[in-house]
Amino acid sequence: MDIPKSFLGYKRENGRAGTRNHVIILPVDDISNACAEAVANNIKGTIALPHSYGRLQFGADLELHFRTMIGTGKNPNVAAVIVIGIEPKWTKKIVDAIAKTGKPVEGFSIEGVGDIDTIAKVSKKAQEFSMWASEKQREECPISDLWISVKCGESDTTSGLASNPTVGNLMDKLEPLGVHLCFGETSELTGAETVCEKRGKTPEAQAKFKKTWNDYNDFILKEATDDLSESQPTAGNIAGGLTTIEEKAFGNFQKIGSRQFIDVLEPAEEPTKGKGLYFMDTSSAAAECVTLQAAGGFNIHLFPTGQGNIIGNPIEPVIKLTANPLTAKTMSEHIDVDVSKILSRQMNLDQAGDELIKATLRVANGRLTCAEALGHKEFVMTKLYRSA
Amino acid sequence: MASTDIIIHDEKDNVGVVVIEKITPNMDCNCWIMENDKSAKIQSKNEIPLGHKIAMVDLNEGDTIIKYGHDIGKVVKTIKKGEHVHVHNVKTKKW
Repeated sequence: MDIPKSFLGYKRENGRAGTRNHVIILPVDDISNACAEAVANNIKGTIALPHSYGRLQFGADLELHFRTMIGTGKNPNVAAVIVIGIEPKWTKKIVDAIAKTGKPVEGFSIEGVGDIDTIAKVSKKAQEFSMWASEKQREECPISDLWISVKCGESDTTSGLASNPTVGNLMDKLEPLGVHLCFGETSELTGAETVCEKRGKTPEAQAKFKKTWNDYNDFILKEATDDLSESQPTAGNIAGGLTTIEEKAFGNFQKIGSRQFIDVLEPAEEPTKGKGLYFMDTSSAAAECVTLQAAGGFNIHLFPTGQGNIIGNPIEPVIKLTANPLTAKTMSEHIDVDVSKILSRQMNLDQAGDELIKATLRVANGRLTCAEALGHKEFVMTKLYRSA
Repeated sequence: MASTDIIIHDEKDNVGVVVIEKITPNMDCNCWIMENDKSAKIQSKNEIPLGHKIAMVDLNEGDTIIKYGHDIGKVVKTIKKGEHVHVHNVKTKKW
């Protein structure tokens, strides 16, 4: 297949391109959710991103909170941002960092004002942003403006056999065209960690991966009361035929095809080493992982599933594919791309990869994903440890 | 081409994956080895559902299960060729 060299995206002030044109109302903390949701309810064309944290966090956990907030606002799928926090200081810190992209952003704090007057004030600004963003047009952007993240979920053996290798096939075809790619799921590489480490392009990348995985494993050994066999593989994985975490890991690992990663990112960290594949240290919980990848700047997501994970994200469209013919049939409203014909040898990986590239470009151009049409907006912050 | 009942990733693998809704006991199954595009046959001993694994050879306690050409765990209960391979007879080597 001749891969199209461009897609229709929204060009942003900082040179990036978005596949979506959202105006977001971003609460800094849990207690500002009500205000953010009220504004999004008032003003059409805006979405609130409520979450559960943002108070009394400290150290690396607080840094991650800020990185996720700021990265979400900076994501090119977002046209303009309103930040609402209880206090002005943290609110301003987030606003100032997002403002560096050049996009419209404004912060509000509730203390001393109350919800009702804040909602009135913010609604006026949100209306202005929404109407401004509504005039933005899609323009031709090079395919290298796609930043593609991947994560699989509710995996079964069909994931490792067909849907994950389909994503790998796409990576093998699109990486030479200059796209950014990202995989994560530190825990789910357990069992394949030494094989994964060798995929680092440089000794530095390999060493960084090894340290990241070892840190994770030490944490598990410290926190675990027995072992992870109750949660890894999950009950859904086992029902689908997966037996051990090693089997799950080698299946998972098929998603990067024959690519090598150039760097290891902190959770929600934006890549800075140019085009190519990155590994991000993330949880393997679907919504947490995609939220972190979106905060890292990725603008379109591929999600292979076996037994039928239904996740979506408020700002990064999540394209789902499955090779499980039962899932494709019983959960068809969640499946964007059905590659189950691979299992009956009616389709090969090369054809499946082409189908996925076509679907990815259609979504990049504006077609809604199943998860978007169904209203999935899972925005889930990763918390490293308890608050003070 | 005969329809495929079982897919084997790698020539070195000692298990295959059922890719039809289920296979029934004493069924003669067609296997496709993805890595080299070869075919093989095996007779099943159990009912095995979609996505679950079948032993391609006799396996003893302590043997290693190979899938994707890699070690994915150890046999904890003897498995005969054609039997269902899953959490009742295979465990991780991690913990």
